[in-house]
Amino acid sequence: MKLGKKALAAGVLAAALSLTACGGSGSATPSGGGDGGTPYVAMISKGFQHQFWQAVKKGAEDKAKELNVKITFEGPAAETEVDSQLQMLQAAIDKKPTAIAYAALDPEACVPAIEQAKAANIPVVQFDAGCKSDYPVNLAKTNSMDAGAMAADHMAELIGKSGEIAVVGHSQINSTGVERRDGFLNEMKAKYPDIKVVDVQYGDGDHLKSADIAKAMIQGHPNLKGLYGTNEGSAVGIVNAVTELGLKPGKLTVIGFDSGKAQLDAIRSGLMAGAITQDPIGMGAATVQAAIDASKGKSMPKVTDTPFYWYDKTNMDDAKIAAVLYQ
Amino acid sequence: MSEVKSVPRTEASADAVKRESPGGSFLRQRLQQSLAFGTLIVLLAFFSLASGNFFTWTNISGILLSTAVIGILAFGTTLVIITSGIDLSIGTGMTLCSVVTGLLLVNLQLPLFIGVLGGIATGALMGLINGLNVSILKLPPFIATLAMMLIAQGLALVLSGVRPIYFSKVQGFKDIALGQLIPGLPNAVLILVLTGIAAYLVLGKTLLGRYIFAIGSNEEATKISGVNTGKWKILVYTVAGIFTGVAGVVIAARLDSAQPQLGSGYELQAIAAVIIGGTSLLGGRGSVLGTLIGALIMSVLINGLRIMSVQTEWQTVVVGIVILVAVFTDSLRRRREA
Repeated sequence: MKLGKKALAAGVLAAALSLTACGGSGSATPSGGGDGGTPYVAMISKGFQHQFWQAVKKGAEDKAKELNVKITFEGPAAETEVDSQLQMLQAAIDKKPTAIAYAALDPEACVPAIEQAKAANIPVVQFDAGCKSDYPVNLAKTNSMDAGAMAADHMAELIGKSGEIAVVGHSQINSTGVERRDGFLNEMKAKYPDIKVVDVQYGDGDHLKSADIAKAMIQGHPNLKGLYGTNEGSAVGIVNAVTELGLKPGKLTVIGFDSGKAQLDAIRSGLMAGAITQDPIGMGAATVQAAIDASKGKSMPKVTDTPFYWYDKTNMDDAKIAAVLYQ
Repeated sequence: MSEVKSVPRTEASADAVKRESPGGSFLRQRLQQSLAFGTLIVLLAFFSLASGNFFTWTNISGILLSTAVIGILAFGTTLVIITSGIDLSIGTGMTLCSVVTGLLLVNLQLPLFIGVLGGIATGALMGLINGLNVSILKLPPFIATLAMMLIAQGLALVLSGVRPIYFSKVQGFKDIALGQLIPGLPNAVLILVLTGIAAYLVLGKTLLGRYIFAIGSNEEATKISGVNTGKWKILVYTVAGIFTGVAGVVIAARLDSAQPQLGSGYELQAIAAVIIGGTSLLGGRGSVLGTLIGALIMSVLINGLRIMSVQTEWQTVVVGIVILVAVFTDSLRRRREA
């Protein structure tokens, strides 16, 4: 606290310098974290342990470097910890950042905190999932319902539009888990009457649990033609199950979501037919950009759809796809 | 007032004496085991009738494989729980061990056996620290191992750089869990059996085993009779750590990767298996065979419910109820005996 005034003074000085010298001080400020001058975006994510969030973080950091902005990126240890995420949001508000970027774990629980940000006059942008409040200016997210439907179309095509399939989900609560499942199930119901979804179970994205679930499903439904895993852990779990059971390639069509080395390897080797990928790096970059724009009062659409793609053996090395896949 | 108070105390000490008599505890253990064993048979029979796809060799070997990790963890914990301690660090500790194995084999490209031994040694080291904290610093086991659980969770993330470590280039690593020295049976199951035998021998045939029961029955009395209980408790936690290390290697081999975010929650499943198997949380009573049966009950139950396509949320409820019933029947039986 004692340093506060000095830091502020230094910050103002740095800001003044950078205005006149046009970035001449750039080399000094970012590492020092100058809390006065450099804009500061506090990013509160749904988590940080999954590779997806690490990729979002990377995109955000790269963008921050480009814009000469300071960011912090934090999230709870598990995507069920709604409460500890709200505490992080609260702490971020107290730090009076230039802007807050937030990914809501629960759309309702966050409303009071967002109101506080509003009262403190801190602009809020959102990524991945939104809060049920009118205050945030922008939400950069993947339309998970559409992405789920895209997975369904590819599954249907691959199994010849008839037969039994099942889903290994990663959550029956959080929005991506629910929407990727429902987008898939709705599309199946609406467009492919001969395909029967015989089972939907949840492995929390835990590789081991998902593998055991997939094995039980394959045992319980001997006529199963396809399995869909709604995130990296679920999808890799299915692949592990197929390997452990020693099924012949092609007996079961496996479709996944997101990337990660194990999933990419499985697609290359033919164990997995393909997967849907989002653009987490792009999402991170778009979020930081939106946060800075919001702090300058620029107007922008309420929702920015970040892209998603189907990838398989044939296109995964294309520049556009390879750029959004992460190891 | 003082008279009323003294009555239960006499009963309790009488119970303690009874518990220490080897014949009685042996008989009681057998009974509890047969109870748990009966439950297992009933479950197997029920699921076999309910679904034609349950009782096939592929599925049974799948069940055994899915028991391996939790079972190995549970063996180590059994030893700790019989001393009336607890070890909450086994879940994330297991993950830290697999990350260390990953660093040794993938990042440093050391030979396979060094990676395996390194993972196991990490477990032993964590156990040793747990033991020191419990014995020397006199921390309650719950707190000491809770702290270790968090430290291990954090270190696993830090050391791995918050990303999975893949073993795909390490020749033969996957075979530790999924190879088949006995055709049709994954090696992980073999390791489960071997660690079970090891735990059984430690508990039944060594001085350590005898002191584990003695400490759990009455630590004060054991100390007064001249046993350095602190030293033996350090050893118990260290041995439990070795089991954690083995589990870490097995889960890494099965997933062909070290997943740094995994592991929390595994400790509760292992503890549940121990309790269902008839080991008392109060200490002084328990068996390795019971724990194996307890772990099998859990995995048979979960597998059967999955095969029957019972909703995931209901599966969790059913498992909870089974734990309640198992522990309640056990306490009923003990009350009747008392």
